[in-house]
Amino acid sequence: MKKGRFGDYGGQYVPETLMSALEELDDAYARFVKDQDYQQILSRYLTEYAGRPTRLTFCENLSRQLGCNIYLKREDLLHGGAHKINNTLGQALLARFMGKKRLIAETGAGQHGVATAIAGAALGLPVEVYMGATDVARQKLNVFRMQLLGAKVIPVETGSRTLKDAINEALRDWVANVQETHYLIGSVVGPHPFPQMVRDFQSVIGEEARAQMLEQQGCLPDAVIACVGGGSNAIGIFHPFLKDRVDLHGVEAGGKGLDGNEHGASLCAGRRGVLHGALSYLLMDGDGQILPTHSVSAGLDYPGVGPEHSMLKDSGRVCYHAVTDDQALDAFFLLSRTEGIIPALESSHAVAYAVELAAQCSRDDTLIINLSGRGDKDVGEVARLRGVA
Amino acid sequence: MSRIERTFSTAGRPVFIGYLVAGDPDYEQSLEAARTMLDAGVDILEIGMPFTDPLADGPTIQQAHQRALEHGMTQENVFRMAATLRREYQSPIVLLVYANHLYARGIPDFYRSAASAGVDGILVVDLPLEESEEAQRAAEEQGIDHIFLVAPTTKGPRLNATMERASGFIYLISVLGITGARNELSPQVLDLVRRTARASRIPVAVGFGISKPEHIAPLFAAGAGAIIVGSAIVDIIGRDAGRNLPGFITAMRNACDACAPKE
Repeated sequence: MKKGRFGDYGGQYVPETLMSALEELDDAYARFVKDQDYQQILSRYLTEYAGRPTRLTFCENLSRQLGCNIYLKREDLLHGGAHKINNTLGQALLARFMGKKRLIAETGAGQHGVATAIAGAALGLPVEVYMGATDVARQKLNVFRMQLLGAKVIPVETGSRTLKDAINEALRDWVANVQETHYLIGSVVGPHPFPQMVRDFQSVIGEEARAQMLEQQGCLPDAVIACVGGGSNAIGIFHPFLKDRVDLHGVEAGGKGLDGNEHGASLCAGRRGVLHGALSYLLMDGDGQILPTHSVSAGLDYPGVGPEHSMLKDSGRVCYHAVTDDQALDAFFLLSRTEGIIPALESSHAVAYAVELAAQCSRDDTLIINLSGRGDKDVGEVARLRGVA
Repeated sequence: MSRIERTFSTAGRPVFIGYLVAGDPDYEQSLEAARTMLDAGVDILEIGMPFTDPLADGPTIQQAHQRALEHGMTQENVFRMAATLRREYQSPIVLLVYANHLYARGIPDFYRSAASAGVDGILVVDLPLEESEEAQRAAEEQGIDHIFLVAPTTKGPRLNATMERASGFIYLISVLGITGARNELSPQVLDLVRRTARASRIPVAVGFGISKPEHIAPLFAAGAGAIIVGSAIVDIIGRDAGRNLPGFITAMRNACDACAPKE
């Protein structure tokens, strides 16, 4: 396989100005993973600061209700409330290893921005976060959180004023300031080496889940389910299971249904194209213009997807599905009530598909759902949608 | 000899390359602006194909892309506009596109359509050397010049490899950063132009930030074969429906002419 490619997908589709920065990052990352001192520091931060390993929780009530064994991989228990911090600590430390003086990031719902602000504060690097103006308005609490953590939030007024425009703006900043700045991409998207690097930082999820399953139940699960926006939590839990006889299911944002344009299901309903530096499945029109997206969950509201997922879709190793906003909301309530765990709306998509899959399972079957984040951030939005607040 | 080569070999002064976004603010007005630019002295016309996510472009050009898309500009219409201008003018036409334009249409089909519209060169903004093999093959098959970008950060073997594979001209990004008019030329820019021009077997066209007649002579003296003006033109088109366009183009062209050796 060509360097930086997953089958045909991936690559480095960026303006020439960025190529030297990507080359530098690629080299630095190769040295970083072999640097024992830095790996030790990272490992210490992940355990003592972020809270790894996260637990693998058997859901007794939900298992009874759905008729098979349901486990949750509890990334919601991490500091910051989501899997994002695995990656931001990794990259922030890498940035320090490279001698960079400043971190920039982009964020949609604000979770990656918060996780970057946390990592920047912990490791002593100033952080600037690009965020679509529309998202700034609808995610006020996360904006304040980032500011509390010392980060500067820059509203983006261009384009659709959402995540993809924030990424464009962050890339523009990086082009102009490549020498002292590291662009901390939040998912397994973007040009090489980001998809590979972020996957490596997130693979700790799957490595733990696999070992915990063997220890707690004595065998591997029958299936692993994770939600897919850019796809970092999913690739993180899938990767260590790829060579096992375990079914893997990625769940995209079906929004208001795949028959219209109001969804974020790039793999289920997209075509091959180039966005933000990589060849992957995309939501675009026949002319190559990127389509607006919709999801009840801001973290899944993105027209592209990580290139490795595109390869895994084509090869059939991972099955990708879409669930609607309504299904995700039902699952949000289901898990909250049956288990006392409020899932992020992103993760609720995985829970919703698990409900579908469980209908075809026998009592002995075991499913792991990657609970990528906790739902505190979504409580207000759900209340609004249900007319409560 | 291609139209682009001929333009450079006969100029004897800086070649003036002017850029606009096709369909900005709408099809008819941008076609008219293109005619104005060519009539007033642009040597090579660069046409930007509108894209929803033009990440190498600054706010001025990005807004132009948005205006064009809001007025329904399509790939088909960009090719139609190029074909219309080809019938009326002899000047080279270069398309600036993003990689997703190629993938959406299919790379061979894209270059065939461009060739039959009379396009002379194509620059794919986000297709660096490593990713450009298929596009370059398609360009060669259609007799279209494959124009590459080089940046201040392009150095050593990478610079040489790019120079080796480029045809038509080299597009030198004079500064780190996105497109946009800038007031001053820094000494580093002139040094960069000098180094790049020395290393290149084809003309070097300098772009990003050039907006004033007085920028031109020092760049030419440093070895630039052409100057590229984008944001300044797009800004005029966006601001007052292009009323000041002929005056600006003429002033820039006069500054190019003034660099020609005196008889």
